[in-house]
Amino acid sequence: MELNEFIANFANQFDDTDASEITASTAFHDLDEWSSLTGMGVIAMAKTVYGKTITGAEIRSCDTVENLFNLISNK
Amino acid sequence: MAYIKAISYYLPEHIVTNEELLKEFPEWSVDKVAAKVGVNSRHVAAADETATDLAEKAARKLFRENGVSPNDIDFVLLCTQSPDYFLPSSACILQDRLGIPTSAGAFDYNLGCSGCIYGLAVAKGLIAGGIAKNVLILTAETYNKYLHPTDKSDRSIFGDGAAACLVSTDGFAEIGEFVLGTDGSGANNLIVKTGAARQRTATGVSVTDDEGHTWYDDYLYMNGGAIFNFTLDAVPAMMTEVLAKNNIQKEDVDYYVFHQANKFMLNTIRKVCVLPKDKFYVNLEETGNTVSSTVMIGLRDCLDNGTIHEGMQVMCAGFGVGLSWGGVMLKLSR
Repeated sequence: MELNEFIANFANQFDDTDASEITASTAFHDLDEWSSLTGMGVIAMAKTVYGKTITGAEIRSCDTVENLFNLISNK
Repeated sequence: MAYIKAISYYLPEHIVTNEELLKEFPEWSVDKVAAKVGVNSRHVAAADETATDLAEKAARKLFRENGVSPNDIDFVLLCTQSPDYFLPSSACILQDRLGIPTSAGAFDYNLGCSGCIYGLAVAKGLIAGGIAKNVLILTAETYNKYLHPTDKSDRSIFGDGAAACLVSTDGFAEIGEFVLGTDGSGANNLIVKTGAARQRTATGVSVTDDEGHTWYDDYLYMNGGAIFNFTLDAVPAMMTEVLAKNNIQKEDVDYYVFHQANKFMLNTIRKVCVLPKDKFYVNLEETGNTVSSTVMIGLRDCLDNGTIHEGMQVMCAGFGVGLSWGGVMLKLSR
């Protein structure tokens, strides 16, 4: 699992947020477009792309995109 | 052998559009949500209209549309989580209201999104056992009555409705082999906690769950992430088992009618299971998720518009509250 590829996959879950706005240090909960539905997209991505199960609570506990990357890669 | 002989459905008259929901939640980006969950409007039962009333209307429609007489029915199965009373079973009340002979058996069973498949399984068993010849399966739900007024996520997804399906010793679709499953450890992920035996009276209590959503004791609570994870674990495995049990290959399946949970979940399931878009039913724009009725509604619509026709093999699946899941193959006669 590679960080830049993960950031690109994460950015893909957004429709209106430009990928350039999303970096490893982005506090994604603060993004205008972030919602529980985007969270579902991230859960689906973790499952389908990486074969890992993450919960909404775990996503909530992560501040940045890199935190999320670490959560999933350590599963 | 058991066959589906007829399917009809009834949706309550009152329609709630996304524009109407938007008036209550002006901050809500309704278009984006609608694009993802795939619901533009949903039917909602009137204040004095219960799931039993909807089931009665669906049954009467089935009789009328298919020239079936209530006298022919010798078993009534009602799938609902919104019965009129603790006792008696609403199915018994419906036997009387529909003019079904007193020699018929009748009972309710409490399931949600898997309920259509379980109804078909029980009906097939009743017929195979020589216990009944014409089983009327009714699925009826009014989840909107369980939703908190501020719960815009669930109010945008769920619609009320009922379906009726006649399972008989002959018909247009042979009911194949089933795969069923249950995981009660997930019961809390989709639940209405109060009103029944464990806690009869409302508590008025709410807590914030570990995802930050408000969980009201007295209203329907769904942990969306947990249900989503469950579905992505259970459904692909079930699909493989249904194929094996029915001794067919994936390529031989002509069409898939799965529970219409929401568009985003269906599309994710479709991708995970690697199913072609043109063989996979997604249509809940004007009904929303009607819980136990979505598969029957889908089958009827596909039969009406010719998507499903003679000679086809159709996989049906339901999954959700319980947690509970089930899948089956239907073989349409040539």
